[in-house]
Amino acid sequence: MKARPSAFCAALVFVIVIMIGALLAGWIAPYSPQEEVRRDSYHPPTKIHFVDSRGHFSFRPFVYATHAEYDDNLRRVYSEDQSHKYYLRFLIPRLVTVEEPGRIYLLGTDSRGRDLFTRILFGARLSLSMAVLGALLAGFAGLVMGSLSGYFGGNVDAVLMRVAEFFIMIPGFYLLLALRGVLPPSLDTKQVYALIVVILALIGWGSVARVIRGLVYSIREKDFVRAAKVLGRGDAEILVRHIFPHTFSYLAIVISVSIPGFILGESALSVLGLGIQDPDVSWGNLLTESLAVAHLRMHPWIVAPAILIIVTSLCFNRLGDAFNYRSQS
Amino acid sequence: MKSFFYYLCKRLAAVLPLLLVLPFMTFCLMHLMPGNYFDSLRLNPQISPETIKKYEALYHLDKPLLAQYFHWLENIVHLDFGYSFAYKQPVLKVLASRLWNTFLLSGVAFAAAWFLAVILGLWAGMRRGSWIDRILHFIAYTGLSMPAFLLSILFLALAAHWGSLPLGGMRSVGYEEMSWPLKCLDVGRHMVIPVTVIALHSWGYLFRVMRAQVSEIVESDFVLLFRAYQVSPHNIAFKHVARNALNPMISIFGLELPSLFSGVALVEIITGWPGLGQIMLQAVRTQDVFLVLGNMVMISVLLVAGNLIADILLVAADPRIRMEKP
Repeated sequence: MKARPSAFCAALVFVIVIMIGALLAGWIAPYSPQEEVRRDSYHPPTKIHFVDSRGHFSFRPFVYATHAEYDDNLRRVYSEDQSHKYYLRFLIPRLVTVEEPGRIYLLGTDSRGRDLFTRILFGARLSLSMAVLGALLAGFAGLVMGSLSGYFGGNVDAVLMRVAEFFIMIPGFYLLLALRGVLPPSLDTKQVYALIVVILALIGWGSVARVIRGLVYSIREKDFVRAAKVLGRGDAEILVRHIFPHTFSYLAIVISVSIPGFILGESALSVLGLGIQDPDVSWGNLLTESLAVAHLRMHPWIVAPAILIIVTSLCFNRLGDAFNYRSQS
Repeated sequence: MKSFFYYLCKRLAAVLPLLLVLPFMTFCLMHLMPGNYFDSLRLNPQISPETIKKYEALYHLDKPLLAQYFHWLENIVHLDFGYSFAYKQPVLKVLASRLWNTFLLSGVAFAAAWFLAVILGLWAGMRRGSWIDRILHFIAYTGLSMPAFLLSILFLALAAHWGSLPLGGMRSVGYEEMSWPLKCLDVGRHMVIPVTVIALHSWGYLFRVMRAQVSEIVESDFVLLFRAYQVSPHNIAFKHVARNALNPMISIFGLELPSLFSGVALVEIITGWPGLGQIMLQAVRTQDVFLVLGNMVMISVLLVAGNLIADILLVAADPRIRMEKP
């Protein structure tokens, strides 16, 4: 398929924005991810005004304080108190803040009154880094296994490829569950983080290994490899110095293509309560609240993380396709 | 015919080890797991340690790993999958209806996806570059990148908003009193969201393959020849192009199964469809050993069966494979 430059650029920009957002989360996000304001439970996204109730226009955007009331159905409804304006502050000390005690929730809040925008940014840190690390690890494992298999052939090849095929054949989700089930449920976030990266890599390495094997299989017949052998170079040196570099372009594509799958893998684990646990945030456990779909009508902004994950994986796919297309043409 | 059986046996030999290895691996994993189901019973002062010992001995949980595995395998041959501690029922009984539900969901979703992919892929491939082609291609691309379980959250949210479709589950309250057409209708209504979500995802991939196939075959010499002989475009499309393009679509069937089952399992959990995926999660959480194992066996049976069906279909569709000398 053709890679359309406009779509490619849009995807690239989005991915870069998300990455920067994750890196600078501490400065961009108006609050800290654990900061709770219980009275602002399920607060809708704050309206930002330029014109006040008397029709005066101000160049500096401002917000109103809000307070909750219960309506006839005993639902919390927030209304603005227009007596006092709270102006927004930009860049210092953070990207967007508001004068105290006014509060700004760009994407609303969750059940415990935590700012969703903040939590999405901080969640991106864990989710994206886990996906990238997992993809790198899977790529590395696939490279090692695949090239051993393709280079030595024979029994090594037969055994390694059966193992790889086995990992390809099992539905990833069941493997994920079985592996996660082995380990005690109460691990701290760092341990869970490492664990998820390893599990994701374990699921992903098989298909990489299979293709790398094919590549190495053809590369080892090339003259320069024979020459190296004749010159008495060891197998390890030939593999690392002469064969690996020829697989790198493919490896780069595979790693970038597999990132969205790993983002999803993490969010699937976390949404089921087997991944990152609550006070810490990842995109997956932000989704747990949107699982109560029957209540989403009251606070639809809670699905924002779902939409974000979808858009992100779309963008990563688009980038991967573009790389793929370039390498083929 | 002889070569057909030879081919089938060869394929069977390739997939059957999965049936043995997958449960064994799960067995090892479950063994690594700290503690077992009885640990929570041990905390109960009303149950004496002797009773627990007795039960462990009954299910051979006190024996070494390999002995446990062979005991379990031996029972499987007698169709005894062990006992689910959490459900207080034989595993087979717990899983039987679940297996059917998962089969129903994935079968309908995959059949719909495959059928639509073949038809629309043929259509788009014959008219490459037209606006229809571009729209379909866009939908396929989006569907492919959309993770099914996130999409099901969005669809459920929309359904909650409009209130026209049931929000998860498989049956409404009062299902038992319905007449059977109403029962079918009821299950059908519950299936709309999960099936759409799963089908959209598989369809995207299948559609792309079919379209690529068709547009390659359309360029080939024999199609040109038919055109020159003024064979009607309808006949060219359905009799000649479709027949040739179907081949990879069938062999994909087996390859797509693992990801289909993963997707189905997640969607089941989120939409509350009582299938294998849902029960697997529960079983892993409660360390219900035999239920987890039984689940893995069921999944591998589904996988192996799917692969074999794909192989048989492939032989039926492509005479060249039948001709292959053993």
